[in-house]
Amino acid sequence: MDTGQDSWARARRYQSVIAGQGAVVTDADYLQSAGTLLDLYGEDIRARAFTTHDPVRGEQMLRPDFTVPIVQQHMAHGAEPARYTYMGKVFRKQEKDENRPTEFVQVGYEIFDGANPAAADAEVFATLAGLLSDVEVTAATGDIGVLRAAVEGLKTTKRRRAALLRHLWRPRRFKALLDRYGGRSDMPAARAALLAQDDPMAQMPPLLGLRTQAEIAERIEVLREDAAAEPISAVELDLIDTLLKVRETAPNALVALRDLSVDLPSIAPAVDGIARRLDALAARGIAVDTLPFEASYGRTSMEYYDGFVFGFSADPRLNLPPLATGGRYDALTTVLGGGVGVPAVGGVIRPDLVAAVEAAQ
Amino acid sequence: MSLKLGVPSKGRLMEKTFQWFADRGVTLRKSGSDREYAGAVDGIDGVELVLLSAGEIPRELETGRIHLGVTGSDLVRERLSAWDQQVDEVARMGFGGADLIIAVPQAWIDVETLDDLDAVAAAFRAHHGFRLRIATKYHRLVREFLRDNGVADYQLIDSQGATEGTIRNGTAEAVADITSTGETLRANGLKILSDGMIHSSQATLFRGRRRNWTDAQRATFKALVAKLTA
Repeated sequence: MDTGQDSWARARRYQSVIAGQGAVVTDADYLQSAGTLLDLYGEDIRARAFTTHDPVRGEQMLRPDFTVPIVQQHMAHGAEPARYTYMGKVFRKQEKDENRPTEFVQVGYEIFDGANPAAADAEVFATLAGLLSDVEVTAATGDIGVLRAAVEGLKTTKRRRAALLRHLWRPRRFKALLDRYGGRSDMPAARAALLAQDDPMAQMPPLLGLRTQAEIAERIEVLREDAAAEPISAVELDLIDTLLKVRETAPNALVALRDLSVDLPSIAPAVDGIARRLDALAARGIAVDTLPFEASYGRTSMEYYDGFVFGFSADPRLNLPPLATGGRYDALTTVLGGGVGVPAVGGVIRPDLVAAVEAAQ
Repeated sequence: MSLKLGVPSKGRLMEKTFQWFADRGVTLRKSGSDREYAGAVDGIDGVELVLLSAGEIPRELETGRIHLGVTGSDLVRERLSAWDQQVDEVARMGFGGADLIIAVPQAWIDVETLDDLDAVAAAFRAHHGFRLRIATKYHRLVREFLRDNGVADYQLIDSQGATEGTIRNGTAEAVADITSTGETLRANGLKILSDGMIHSSQATLFRGRRRNWTDAQRATFKALVAKLTA
């Protein structure tokens, strides 16, 4: 059983390895502005993070992860290229499984360097894989950037593409939207009735609240434009379905994605990126021939990853969360950097889980 | 030790609970003066009546301070995390019915479904610079429902009463509230989303899952259930 001391000793060991690669040791406050986290993640973060209140600063959250504050620090004071490592406790509510700890130690590695994204991805992955070399784990990898590129390349309206991009991380709503835009599901009856009216605004009940008449009229125009738009073709829908189902060893997945990119040319640059990453991983000694790749991996996790995503899991019979996870979050740096972003990738490892797997072996 | 039965301490919920048990041959009554929260049980041995606020009953069941409790199924789902691992439903009692729904201004003629609400939330955030506000006291139920349905760009505003008035007062754009007929909502210029039914609640007899019951308590429970479901 993990006594706490053991986790910290391991954490220090892991951090010294990462620092040995040139990462600067940094830290973050325990209390983070709830407003920033809520703006990023929405209300869902309340189910994960402990909220507390400060009479002056208002609502605060016990840090549910380090990534956000580290990115904020870097965007405010840092300069590229930069490598950071941190070590400390994060705090998570466990509403579904009370046996899981509500606080645990994480060691992290974050790279802010746009010179060679594939090499940076491989460096983070290989570093964490190295720290896990004594335990039996299975790696999982994916790339949200491929799906993003596929949606950006769809031959449909800009609004539809934007709506789909907004829901990349919510597979159910993504599918519902895609079905609607592709004509696989009917327009809701109420919407059809609304659009059948010449001047729906004439029948509008008295306004209430902050949303204005102009906003309502604008949305009706958007709905009219959408109703008039051609459905997304069955060919494109099939391509997206096929893409989401790609689940192979990395070399086979690469072949499958290359095949798909003949008909979905917008994904070609992202697929080239995967090829470069596999080369970079191989150069770091990762056995890429057997490395799994799953196009849907990471879609239901917290929504800041937008490129490479990965995780390392123990035998499912141990019923443990992934021992280490990470990914690329270029867009997050733009949001937290006030419009200016930098390419960034990072990952975390949990010493308590590594200890648990070692004990079970 | 007796089996402790928690029942709402006042109002129609208490009266209807007393009636429901009486119809099944178990008499519950307040003992002493009307202001006291002690009770008595006739018709079965080994059951002790504890009168509590309906809102406290879920937590008391979870901690095991009471063994059985009558409260709204909405309160159990809202107040307990992983509620179905903490308590079992013994009987749905068929009264105290109310639906937790999402309602928006009737003037929002472009909004009928969650899909519309989600699209409007995105546009609202772009226009106003903050997330669309939904007033409710059912934070957990509403958040889980909206997450499962993939609605984003909203925020929950706490409202412990007169929730339907928050839109008129400019503190929210939509509400998630309990209603039995929808009349109050309509009178306040609101309409219910067609797929916005979060939970259909009714008074329910729950049993706590804490399994450190004595044999005597188990026997009493068995006898009580036999009477109640006869």
